[in-house]
Amino acid sequence: MSEPVLRMSGVWCAFGDHEVLRGIDLEVHRHEVVALIGASGSGKSTLLRTANLLEHIDDGQIFLTGEDVSDPRVDGDAVRARIGTVFQSYNLFPHLSVLDNVTLAARVVHKRPRAEAEARGRELLASIGLAAKADAYPDTLSGGQQQRVAIVRAIATDPELLLLDEITSALDPELVGEVLDLVRSLKAGGATILMATHEMAFARDVADRVVFLDAGRVLEQGSPAEILVAPREPRTREFLARVLTH
Amino acid sequence: MSGRAVAAPGARHAPSALELERRAFRKRQGYRSVAVSLVSTLVFVGVVVLVLRATPGWPRVADAFFDPEAAWRSLPRVLEGLWLNVRVLLVASVGVVLMALLVASVRTLRGPVFFPLRALAAGYTDLFRGIPLIIVLYLVGFGIPGLRFFPRMDAAVWGTIALVLVYGAYVAEVFRAGIEAVHPSQRLAARGLGLSHGQTMRRVVLPQALRKVTPALMNDFVALQKDVGLISVLGAVDAVRAAQIETSRYYDFTPYVVAGLLFVLLALPMIRLTDWYSARVRAREQMGSVV
Repeated sequence: MSEPVLRMSGVWCAFGDHEVLRGIDLEVHRHEVVALIGASGSGKSTLLRTANLLEHIDDGQIFLTGEDVSDPRVDGDAVRARIGTVFQSYNLFPHLSVLDNVTLAARVVHKRPRAEAEARGRELLASIGLAAKADAYPDTLSGGQQQRVAIVRAIATDPELLLLDEITSALDPELVGEVLDLVRSLKAGGATILMATHEMAFARDVADRVVFLDAGRVLEQGSPAEILVAPREPRTREFLARVLTH
Repeated sequence: MSGRAVAAPGARHAPSALELERRAFRKRQGYRSVAVSLVSTLVFVGVVVLVLRATPGWPRVADAFFDPEAAWRSLPRVLEGLWLNVRVLLVASVGVVLMALLVASVRTLRGPVFFPLRALAAGYTDLFRGIPLIIVLYLVGFGIPGLRFFPRMDAAVWGTIALVLVYGAYVAEVFRAGIEAVHPSQRLAARGLGLSHGQTMRRVVLPQALRKVTPALMNDFVALQKDVGLISVLGAVDAVRAAQIETSRYYDFTPYVVAGLLFVLLALPMIRLTDWYSARVRAREQMGSVV
């Protein structure tokens, strides 16, 4: 198999005495969608933040298409420019218009001409049905619209890897669908995605592989059918019993 | 699956050779930056000293401003004066906080009945942020005693009142900015629990507002620390005035330098405390510590 887009090997991350990640081994291959599941506090968000060097690690290695990006000599900004990130609470910049949010990285980091960046931005906004909102400010949009803009902002620079951190957790139930539909279309377009999620039905539907995280370790992983339907580990069964009865 | 041995919960993880190598690298980087900053500081100071010494008037300036003997001779008087500055500072800072809290609270009062109070508070902050401090000092220090209505009081007392009036206006605006920076949802939550406007302010809004504005307040305190030196214009014998007297006695400006250095020494602990506090607040927001 070719070099994975993301490979984590023995990654540890502690805050003081609290070890959040305890030796994570994980691979995400090109065009693959990997869903991270696990109780809150199991380390899903921290894992995503270490993957794009927004959080320190205390041991282990992180490779982006074969390059060891956990080496202290590596420029973190350059690494993050190759990765798209979407946060739970959108984190759109309130002082910028929707279009400026989407084109900021293209213009400032990738030095694309404004006209080119904006043409691409408007195209992306049109593809999610928000062309009319290009000049609006984020706070005039619904949560679902804001999160779709945040996703478009993350993919506007054609990143090699997309990290999605519980992107539907802050949304009203009736708005979840439009965001998940967008992720489905990204998968259809061949995106490589690592996502933390509470939506088991969605993970089952869209993920190629499901990874169960427990107390900072990968307890088991496999196809959605293996993990979500017939898990081997008792801890996985326990977790699924808790989330699926609600 | 992971074939790696996993430490039992509670046992500390033993770092791998690679991690140890990375830590050593970061440490070396740390030493390197310290060395670089040390060298660049020495070069900078060296250049400044050389340029100063090369100026044609340097010997005379050194004699008039940096005379060790004059410095030693004036030190007791200047120190005595500084003690007055410290006392004025302590009283004034308490007065400033009380004044500012009062004005800021008045400015947040709702309801048409309070319009005159609100207007008064707004007028006060506009007026005293507009006038130069030295003019307020003259007006309060020479004008009010001239009314012959109040008993005779020391110049330092009038100076303190003038400082409270001016700094109270600035600090009131800092408080107000802090109060307005507390998210409206906090107010809604408190009122939703049945707390009154006053209770909401005291129990929910002000504690959060104070935390937000603490660095700005500390900064204003540092500014006040040196502006207490301006009470010398009223004739109070503080550090600045004492330096002036010593200067005119021996026609040597060194006492001013002595007073200046003492003011810096007085301010340093507060400046360091402000830095430490900001760093602590940043450390508490652990998330995103890397960027």
